[in-house]
Amino acid sequence: MGPRMTRSAVKIAAEDGQDLRAAMPPPDSPLAMRGMTVSYGEKPAVFSVDATFPARSMSAIIGPNGAGKSTLLKASLGVIPRLSGEVWVFGKPLAQARDRIAYVPQRASVDWDFPTTVIDVVQMGLYRKVGLLGRLKGLMTAQAQACLDRVGMADFAHRQIGQLSGGQQQRVFLARALAQDADLYLLDEPFAGVDAATERAIVDVLKLLKSEGKAVVAVHHDLSTVRDYFNYVFLINVRRIAEGPAQTAFTAENLNATYGGRLSATHISELTLSGGAA
Amino acid sequence: MSGFLDALLLQAGYNAALVMIGSGLLGFAAGTSGTFMFLRKRALVSDAVAHATLPGIGIAFIVMVLLGGDGRNLVGLLIGSAATAWIGLLLIEWIARRTRLAEDAAIGAVLGVFFGIGIVLLTVIQTMSAGRQAGLESFLLGSTAGMLYSDAVVIAIGGSIAVLATWFMRRPMTLVSFDPEYAAALGYNVRRIDLTMMGLVMMVTVIGLKLVGLILIVAMLIIPAVTARFWTERSNRILWIAGCIGGVAAYVGAAISASAPAVPTGPIIVLVTAVMFVLSLIFAPVRGVSAAIIRHRRFQARVHRRQGLLSLARQEPIREPYTLRLLAREGLIRPDGVPTEAGRAQAAKVARDERRWAVAREVHQDAGLTGRYDGLTPIEDVFTRDEIKDFDRRLGTPFPVEGLA
Repeated sequence: MGPRMTRSAVKIAAEDGQDLRAAMPPPDSPLAMRGMTVSYGEKPAVFSVDATFPARSMSAIIGPNGAGKSTLLKASLGVIPRLSGEVWVFGKPLAQARDRIAYVPQRASVDWDFPTTVIDVVQMGLYRKVGLLGRLKGLMTAQAQACLDRVGMADFAHRQIGQLSGGQQQRVFLARALAQDADLYLLDEPFAGVDAATERAIVDVLKLLKSEGKAVVAVHHDLSTVRDYFNYVFLINVRRIAEGPAQTAFTAENLNATYGGRLSATHISELTLSGGAA
Repeated sequence: MSGFLDALLLQAGYNAALVMIGSGLLGFAAGTSGTFMFLRKRALVSDAVAHATLPGIGIAFIVMVLLGGDGRNLVGLLIGSAATAWIGLLLIEWIARRTRLAEDAAIGAVLGVFFGIGIVLLTVIQTMSAGRQAGLESFLLGSTAGMLYSDAVVIAIGGSIAVLATWFMRRPMTLVSFDPEYAAALGYNVRRIDLTMMGLVMMVTVIGLKLVGLILIVAMLIIPAVTARFWTERSNRILWIAGCIGGVAAYVGAAISASAPAVPTGPIIVLVTAVMFVLSLIFAPVRGVSAAIIRHRRFQARVHRRQGLLSLARQEPIREPYTLRLLAREGLIRPDGVPTEAGRAQAAKVARDERRWAVAREVHQDAGLTGRYDGLTPIEDVFTRDEIKDFDRRLGTPFPVEGLA
C-alpha cells in the first residue's frame, strides 16, 4: 500500500509541475497559486493545489473538516510555511503585495481576555502604515472609528474586548481588516458561531467591498448560503476538486467529489436547487 | 523603623542609597520587559533563561582564571552568563518548533540541564586554587553585601537600554502577543519579535543576577505584570504600571534590607512585590476577588428579589429563607410573609413586564434585542417608552399599577 501511494503522489506532482510551466496566472487575479503544498509532519494538509481567484468577486473556499481550507489561506499569506508552491498577489510575489492584503483570522485563534480595547484592536490594522514610532492620534483614531462604524460597532470603541459577544468579536476583526484599506480581503470562517444579525452585517460589508472593485476570499462552512453570498467557489479536500463561478462549479457532482459520502444525496440536491432558485 | 525610614529617604549611607537606586531601576526594567512574556503566556521561559545563565558564569570564571586574569570581573561574568542564556533560549525555541515536544517540556528540559551543568561547574571551581573565594554562589540568590558603584552603573545602563527597547518595540510586541497570525499576515517577522522579547528579558536577567540572583529574578519579571493586570484593561498602560510596581517594590525592598543588614536584598524585594500582588488580588476594583464577591452577591440578590416578587404575583408560597429575608428587609413583605402595599405593587410590575417581554419576543425576532431577555435586565433598558406602550396595547388588558405605571 505504502509504495503504491508514493508512486502515484510523485506522478501527480510531476503533472502539476507541467501545469506550473504552462500557465502563469493572469496578472489581475488578486490571489493565485500553483503547486501549493503544506504539510504538518509527513501528512500533507494541502497537496499541490492550483487556484486562480478572480478579481472584483466574492469567492468561497469550501470543503469538509480537515480538508485544508484554513491551511490554504494561511499558507498563501505566509502565516504558516509551505513545503512547495508559488503564490501571486495581483500578479506579484507575496512580499511585494503585502500591503494590499487584509486578513481576518478565526475568532477563536486569540485570547479575548487580552488587556486591550476595541479601538486598540482596530488600530492594529494601521500599525504598518504608522510604523514603529509614528503617533496614532487624531486622524488614525478617526479612521479606526470610521471602520468600527462600518461594522455597526461605533458605540463599542472603548469596551474591553473580553466583554464582547462572539458576533461582536468577529465584527471587530473585520473592522481591523477594513482599517488596512486593502484590495484583497482574506477571511477564515467569518460566519462561524456568529448571530444572524452579525452574519447579515458582515455580508453587507463584504458585498460593498466587492462593489468597490475589491476581492474577497473566505473560508466558508455553511453550504446553504454559498449561492447567496458568493459568486465564485473553490472546492478543496486536500487536493483541489474544482473551482469556477458558483453557477457552474457549485454542482451536485463537485460536492459529491469534495465531501465523499458525507453529504446525503437529498441534501446536495436541496443545496444546489435552492441556491439556483435564489 | 526609623532605620527603615532613613533608608527609604536615601539617608542610610552611600552604599545603601546606591543599592536602592540600582534596585529601583532594575525593578522598573524587569517589570516592563517581563510584561510581554506574561502577555505572550511565556512567563516560564524567563525562568529557564535565568537558570541557563549559571553555566556561563562558571565557564567565564574558569576562562578568565586560565587566561591569568581576575575570575570575578563582573563584565566578563555577565558576558558569559548572557552567552549560555541565549543558547538556552534558542534551544527552547528550537525544540518547540522542530520537535513534537510542547514548549513547557522544552522549558523544563533546558532549565534543569543548564542549571545542573552550572552547579557542576561551581563545584569544580570550588576545587580550583583561585576559586576558593570566588563567591559565585551569590549569583544564585543575590548578594547580601552592598553594591559596587560599577554594579550600579551596569544596572543603570543595561536597564535603560531594556526599557527604551521595550518602548520602541511595544507595538509589534503587543501585536504578536495578542494575535501572532495576524502579525505574520501583516508581514512582521514573528520569530524575530519573539526573540527580541526574550532577548530583553535575558538582558534584565543578566544585569539583575548580582542583586537578586538567578533563582528569584523570574519573580521580578512576572509578578509586576500579573499585578498590573488587576488595574487596567489596556496593554499600553499595563506596561508602565508593571514598571512602576516593579520599581517601587524593588526600591522599598532594598530599603528594608538596608535597614536590617542581615536580610538579603533579592528575597525581600520579591516578598514586597508579592505583597503588592496579594493586595491587588483582593482589592482591585473590577478584577479583584472582593469586587467579584460583591458583584456576585448583588447579582444573587437581584435574582432572589425578582423570583420572590414573581411568586408573590402568582400567589405561590416562598420557601427560600434568603428570599424571605431580602423581601422583608426591603419592606415588600411583612414578617409573617404577607405582601405589603409596596410589595404587591412591585410584584404586579414584575408580572406585567414578564408578559410585555413575551409580546416583545413575538414582535421583535431580532436576536440582538430579545437576547437581552435574561429575566434581570429591566425592559425599560431595552425598549423605548412608546415601544412598551405598543406591547401594552397588544396585551389588551390594562395593568393599572399605583405609582409605578
